[in-house]
Amino acid sequence: MNFDFSDDVTAMRREVQAFLADRLPVGAVRQFLENGPAVDGALWAEMAAMGWLGLTIPEEYGGSGLGHEALCMLAEEVGAFLPPVPFASTLYLAAEALLGFGSDAQKAAWLPRLADGSVTGAFALAEGAGEPGADGIRALVEQGRLSGSKAPVFDLDGAGLLIVAARDAAGQVGLYLIDPAAPGMERRKLRTLDLAHGAWSAEFHDVAAEPLPGAVGWPAIARLLDRAAVLFAFEQVGGGRAALEMATSFAMDRFAFGRPIASMQAIKHKLADIYVAVELARSNAYFGAWALHEDAAELPRAAASARIAAIDAYQLAARENIQTHGGMGFTWEADCHLHYRRAATLAGIIGGARHWRDRLFDQLAA
Amino acid sequence: MDFNDTPEEAAFRAEVRAFLDAHAPLKSAEARTYRSRELNAEDVRLSRQWQATKAAAGFAGIHWPRKYGGRDGTQMQAAIFAAEEERYVVPPSVFNQGVGMALPTIMTHGTDALIDRYARPALFGEEVWCQLFSEPAAGSDLAGLRTRAVRDGADWVINGQKVWTSNAHFSQFGMLVARTDPTVPKHAGLTFFILDMATPGIEVRRLKQISGTANFCEVFLTDVRIPDHHRLGGVGDGWKVALTMLANERFTVGKAEGPDVEDILALARTLTIDGRPAIDDACVREKIARWYVQSEGLKYTRLRTQTAFSRGRAPGPENSIGKLVSATKLQEIAAYGIELLGQAGAVMDTEVAPLNAWFQEALLYAPGKRIAGGTDEILRNIIAERVLKMPGEMRADKDVPFNQIPTSRR
Repeated sequence: MNFDFSDDVTAMRREVQAFLADRLPVGAVRQFLENGPAVDGALWAEMAAMGWLGLTIPEEYGGSGLGHEALCMLAEEVGAFLPPVPFASTLYLAAEALLGFGSDAQKAAWLPRLADGSVTGAFALAEGAGEPGADGIRALVEQGRLSGSKAPVFDLDGAGLLIVAARDAAGQVGLYLIDPAAPGMERRKLRTLDLAHGAWSAEFHDVAAEPLPGAVGWPAIARLLDRAAVLFAFEQVGGGRAALEMATSFAMDRFAFGRPIASMQAIKHKLADIYVAVELARSNAYFGAWALHEDAAELPRAAASARIAAIDAYQLAARENIQTHGGMGFTWEADCHLHYRRAATLAGIIGGARHWRDRLFDQLAA
Repeated sequence: MDFNDTPEEAAFRAEVRAFLDAHAPLKSAEARTYRSRELNAEDVRLSRQWQATKAAAGFAGIHWPRKYGGRDGTQMQAAIFAAEEERYVVPPSVFNQGVGMALPTIMTHGTDALIDRYARPALFGEEVWCQLFSEPAAGSDLAGLRTRAVRDGADWVINGQKVWTSNAHFSQFGMLVARTDPTVPKHAGLTFFILDMATPGIEVRRLKQISGTANFCEVFLTDVRIPDHHRLGGVGDGWKVALTMLANERFTVGKAEGPDVEDILALARTLTIDGRPAIDDACVREKIARWYVQSEGLKYTRLRTQTAFSRGRAPGPENSIGKLVSATKLQEIAAYGIELLGQAGAVMDTEVAPLNAWFQEALLYAPGKRIAGGTDEILRNIIAERVLKMPGEMRADKDVPFNQIPTSRR
């Protein structure tokens, strides 16, 4: 039995951490606080050059085909360092949709460009408030033309590829490939909680739409979300880890009543509880990584568990990180709110805890 | 990542299964019930017999050195055996304190003569050990213990009281920590002894718990004489030796036994709320999903620990997660099982209460699980101090001679 990352992935993790720590020193994301979300294109190109974007893309399509275990590790580090790049939208959603449901021609057309970083992807499922589900999809494709509206669509800015969930004339839901530059699409930037990842609303008026032939019916979309849930869980575990490190480091340096606040049990027990939550979420995510990598039958159950645990752990860590910092943590200048905002964003992005609990119970009942 | 045994592990597992198949029946589905009860003389006899059978076959003390009756095996093999044994109906073990804790401590701190004398009889089920640590005034603050040991010729004379001692009423030996010097700060004045429980002056009384059973004892020590060659470690080194033992304890005390998420799930499937299955209720789902995710998290955390073993790394203090999470989960699941039963929840009659009243039984013994072997609070301190490297709480008794430490409100 081996229930840890392989030596190769562990070695790669050290390189990833060194690169991101160097490239994203504390405060590097602050530019977005003032100027609004924007993609760091140079960073994206560097990530592509290091092969990080093609880990799950087969060699024939320009990737390295190393597999999902490496992507899970990378997702955790992205969660910890908060790089302002469309990592999740491009890799967990757009690339996964193409890999799972695309035709050979679609894969050949798009996967090499995702792997080399020349195109980023976006994914449009939500149509306003509500959890993921077939009932919430009203966007319609008739005779190859999409009409309807989607919001929020994360990371749409600069995306060269948009995957949209819509139904056909017969009412069957599926996934469609859209060129975001095609005529007939209007977009409006939305104010978002997350300051480093922008979201848009999009209106489609007879926009050319090409079906992903394998994505037929809600179960196909649910399977895509299962896969993304594992990857988002790693991102949340990384975020929880980083927020805990921030809180611990601050508590060691901050003195009150003549001693570091880290020596007080009120603080120690709070941070111990965060550690426990993050580690349990990590263990659930590991099971998800195994199921994802092996494409195992347990994936829906593993993904739901990983997602539920990760939502709770990251939100706990982000919330209590601010609390540990006291008044300082409530200022715009402190970085605490970056995790607080990100944790809330990730908590809902492919459906919230309630949705994933139902997904879990569907599996347990089966 | 994979769940597959290596060829060596698979061969060992097959050997273990062949042994277990030959000696014990597999647990049936109904085996998921349990009544918290006291071990009787017959239980102890069967426990000794099973220990002897395992030792004779080389499945006790798997990672002990061969010269002490062990197998020179790996921690991974020990974990494989434990996981397999859990699938079979075997007698309750009375050897956790001896084989799991006392003897590893003697092997670390004892003379060859002591190891030779005590290792095999413990391993082969002939001698049962108990742990004489906690006292009425020394629980989490174990180093504050007051049982005195005074040197008298070749002996030490012991006076004091111990409590929360499992198995004391049928143990042959005890691991005792006593205060040999009250004039120095508390950790520096302790010494560790091996106590023959047949020595005159020892009185063992059963201690009845809130669950109504008596799984623990109080041990009163009056002018009990221990020969100096039964001292383990130097005079004043008792705390260091005790820490070795406690590290082994946290390793043996893993998860809290009791109704778990599959039992509350099964209950929710059989009950209805407003005419619909309870399991379809969103509030029920919210509760159960939380415990499900915790159970899964603990399960895979154990596998991560086993992986560390198989790569030759020792388990760290992060092992404290298991007991901390599972004890509270047990208490919550027990309470929720009772809540789901509604008006009949308070009934312990096994004809009415499902699973032999396991939820009700567990409600009564769960508080003990959150205290024994390190309280929730101590475990959080351990995680904070040893994993997160946070400093210790400020101590009012630091560097103060033990006999000048305040002990009550004045």
